[in-house]
Amino acid sequence: MTTSEPPSGTGPLQRREARLAWGLLFPTVAVVSAVVLLPLLAIFWISFKPIGLADLRPPAPVVREALRGSGEEMRVQYRIRNSSQDEALSAVTLGDTLPDSVTVLRADERCTVEGGRLDCDIGTLEGGGRDEIEIFVTLSGDADTVEEAIEASLPAITGSGDNILTNLDFTWNNFTRIFSGDEFWSVLGVTVFYTVFGTVGALVTGLFAAMLLNKEFRGQGILRGLYLFPYVAPVIAVAFAWVILFDPFSGSANALLIQMGVTDEAINFFGSRPLALIMVTVFEVWRYFPLSFLFILARMQSIDTDMYEAADMDGASPFQKFWYLSLPQLLGILSVLFLLRFIWTFNKFDDIFLLTGGNAGTRTLTVNVYEQAFAVSDIGAGAAVAVVIFCCLVLFSFLFFRYVSQEEGL
Amino acid sequence: MTRPIAARRGARVEGRSAGFFAPFHHGLVCGPLLGALWLLTAAVTVAVTASFASGMPFAVSIWRALLWGAVAGAALVWQPGRAMAVVVALALALISSLPVGPLRVGADATAVHRALAAVGLAAATVWPLWIMLRPLPFGHSTRHEFEDAVIRFLTGFGYVFFSAIVAIPFYVMVMTSLKNQSELIQNPLDFSIDLSQGWDLFRSYSELFTNFGFGSYLWTSFYISVLTVLLTLAFSVPGAYAVARLRFRGRAMFSRSILLIYMVPMIVLALPIYIAFSMTGLRNTIFGIVMIYPVTTIPVALYMLQGYFRGLPAEIEEAGLMDGLSRLAVIWKITLPLSLPALASVSLYVFMIAWNEFLLAFMLLDDPSKFTLTRGIASLNSSEIPRQHLMAGAVIATVPVMVLFLGLERFMTKGLTAGSVKG
Repeated sequence: MTTSEPPSGTGPLQRREARLAWGLLFPTVAVVSAVVLLPLLAIFWISFKPIGLADLRPPAPVVREALRGSGEEMRVQYRIRNSSQDEALSAVTLGDTLPDSVTVLRADERCTVEGGRLDCDIGTLEGGGRDEIEIFVTLSGDADTVEEAIEASLPAITGSGDNILTNLDFTWNNFTRIFSGDEFWSVLGVTVFYTVFGTVGALVTGLFAAMLLNKEFRGQGILRGLYLFPYVAPVIAVAFAWVILFDPFSGSANALLIQMGVTDEAINFFGSRPLALIMVTVFEVWRYFPLSFLFILARMQSIDTDMYEAADMDGASPFQKFWYLSLPQLLGILSVLFLLRFIWTFNKFDDIFLLTGGNAGTRTLTVNVYEQAFAVSDIGAGAAVAVVIFCCLVLFSFLFFRYVSQEEGL
Repeated sequence: MTRPIAARRGARVEGRSAGFFAPFHHGLVCGPLLGALWLLTAAVTVAVTASFASGMPFAVSIWRALLWGAVAGAALVWQPGRAMAVVVALALALISSLPVGPLRVGADATAVHRALAAVGLAAATVWPLWIMLRPLPFGHSTRHEFEDAVIRFLTGFGYVFFSAIVAIPFYVMVMTSLKNQSELIQNPLDFSIDLSQGWDLFRSYSELFTNFGFGSYLWTSFYISVLTVLLTLAFSVPGAYAVARLRFRGRAMFSRSILLIYMVPMIVLALPIYIAFSMTGLRNTIFGIVMIYPVTTIPVALYMLQGYFRGLPAEIEEAGLMDGLSRLAVIWKITLPLSLPALASVSLYVFMIAWNEFLLAFMLLDDPSKFTLTRGIASLNSSEIPRQHLMAGAVIATVPVMVLFLGLERFMTKGLTAGSVKG
C-alpha cells in the first residue's frame, strides 16, 4: 500500500502530489496498522489455538543463586526450575561470573569453569522439573563481602520451550465449543434483541427529541445541551448511577414504584430475566438518543422552509407535513444513523458489562468475549467469539457500502 | 416541484384517515381527552417531584387524574377565556387538597406539603392545558386544528419526559454522593439535602482525595487525555489533508477504510493487545495506554477533519502555491489557521473520548498508582466501599466533561455533526 506508484502518463507535478500525499499519510497508516490490523490478524491466529490465560507466560527456566554451607562444605548453589508445569524446556544452559576471591574446588560435572567464568549445560528440563547445581568453593577475604560479590553477578539462564502462541498447533476446538451447546444461540439472540431494539429505540426517541427542539425559543440552547448529557458523560458514571437508582434494596425507583402502588415488592431490575435485558436496552436508548437527536436536528434545520409554506397553502395538516415532507427528507440521515448505530450497538461492551456484568440473561457476544477470556480463562474461545463478531461486522459494512453509502456520500 | 405531489398525496390520505379520527375532530371529545392525559402527566410529575423534595409519600390515583383532567379539558374548551383558566385552576387546587383529588398523600405529610402539592398540580395542569386547548374550537374542528392541539400536547409531554429522564439519573448521582449509607437505606425517596452539615456534606469527596488517591487519578486522566489529543492531531491533520485535498491513487479506498477502521469493535482488538502488552511488559504502564488511546481516536479525528478541510475554499491554497509556498507551508500558514474552529472541536471530542475511556484502562491497568479516573471509579464498586463514594467518584469524572461541554456547546455540536458518529 505504501509503495504504490502512480500510473505512467501522469505529469511530474501530479506524481509529486501523490508522493506528498503518501508521505503525509504514512505515519497514520503505519500506526493504525500496527495497532488495528496486527491485532486483527492476531485474533484470527489465536482463535485457532488451544490457549488459556495461564499460557500467556511462555515456559522459561528460573534460577535462584545462594551461598550455602561453611568450611569444607562451602558451595554456591543454583536452584533451577521450569516455570511451566507441563511444557518441557530444551537446551537449558546456565552461565555466571564468579568473583576473583572465589576459588573453585570442584564443580558439578555438567559445568566447566574457566577463569572466573562458569558455564553449565543442563539439557532438558521436564514440565514442573527442578534441578540443582552446586559448585564447591573456598573464599578468600571477608565472607560477607564475597557473598555479596557472588550474588551481585546475576546468573544468565537460557532455554527454549515450545511457545503455544508461536508454534503451529491449530485446532477447531474453540469454534466447535462455542457453537455447540445452547449458550451460543441464546447469546446471539440476546445480542440481536439488544441491537435491534436499542438502535430503533434510540432513533425514534432521537427523532421525537429533535422535533421538540426544531423551533426557535428561549432556552433552546440550554435544553439541547441538557439533552446531550447522557451521551457526553462517562459511561462508568451514568451506568453506576442507573445501577444505584434501580437498586432493589435502596434504589429510589423501587421506592417510588411501591409508593405509587405500581408494585407490591421491590423489583430486581438488573438481576432478573427478562427484565435485565429490557433494562440494558432502555439504558442503551437513553444513552444514545442524544446522538441521533443531534444528527436529525442538524438535518431538519437544513430543510428548505418554502416547501412547508407551499404545503400550508395546499391545506396540508401538521401530521401530513411530517409524514410526506419531513420524513422523506430525513430518510437519508435516518438510514445512515440506523446502520452506524446498529453496528456500534452490536459491538457495545462497556454498558452491559458495567450494568449487569452479563448476568441475568444479558450476555451479548462482546460480553461473551470477555467472559470466555478472563472469567473462564480460555483465551482461545474468547478469540473465537471475537472472530464471529468481526465476521458480522464485515457483513454489516459490506451491506453499508453496498446499499447506503452512495446516497449519503459517506 | 414537490408541491403538487405533496398536495395530491395529502388529499388522498385526508379521505382515508378522516374516517378513523373523525370522532375526535370535535372540541368536546378532543378537549377532555387531552385534558385527561395532560393531568395524568402533570400529576405523575408533581407526585415524583414532591416525593423527592419532601421524602413524603405522594402517589397518583390514575382514574381520578383522568376524570378531573377530562372535566378541566371540557371546561377549557367550552370557555377558552383567561377567567375560565383561573376558575379551573382554583377548582383544581381545591380538589387536589381534598381526598377526592388526583394525588394520594400519605398520612404523615404536613398541611404545608399538601397545600404546596395541590397548588403545584393546579399550576402545572391548567397553564399548559390552557395553551394547548385555547385555539381548539368548541364544536367541530378541522383536521388541522385537531392535529395542532395534539402536537401541542405532545410537545408539552416531550419536554417533561425528556427533562425527567435526563435530569433524574444525574440528580440521583449528585444526591447519593452527598448522603451517607444509613440515610440512603432509610428513605431512598428523600432527595433533600441537609445543608446544616456545612462542609461535612462533602465528606465523601474529601475522603476520595485523601484516602483513595483520586488526586493522582485525576491528574493521570488529565495528562493522558491531553497527550492523546496532541498525538491524535499530530497524526490526523496531515492524513486528513492528504485525503481531502491531494489527488493520489487509492484515495477513495482510503476514505472508506477510515470509516471501516473506526467501526472495528474495541473488544475484538482488546484481547490481542492484552496478550501483546502482557508479553512485552507494556501492560500496567501509562506508556502503553498513551500508545493505544490515540489509535482509537485517530480515525474519528481524521474523518471529522477531512470533512472540514474539504469545505475550505481550495482557491486560497492555490493562491498560496502560486506565490511560491510549498504544500507543507500552505498547510501550516493557510489551512491550519483557517480550520482552528474544527481543530478545537476535534480536540474537545478526542479529549472527551480519552477521558471517558473505560474498557482498555480496565483491562490493562492493575496497579492502583497508575489508574486513570474511570479505572479508579471501577475499583470503588465493591461491597466494602460505601455507595456515596462511588457516586462522588462518578460526579468527579462527570463534572469536567460537563463544564467543558456546556462552555463550548456550540463547538462540540458542530464538531459532532461535522461528519462523525462515534459509538
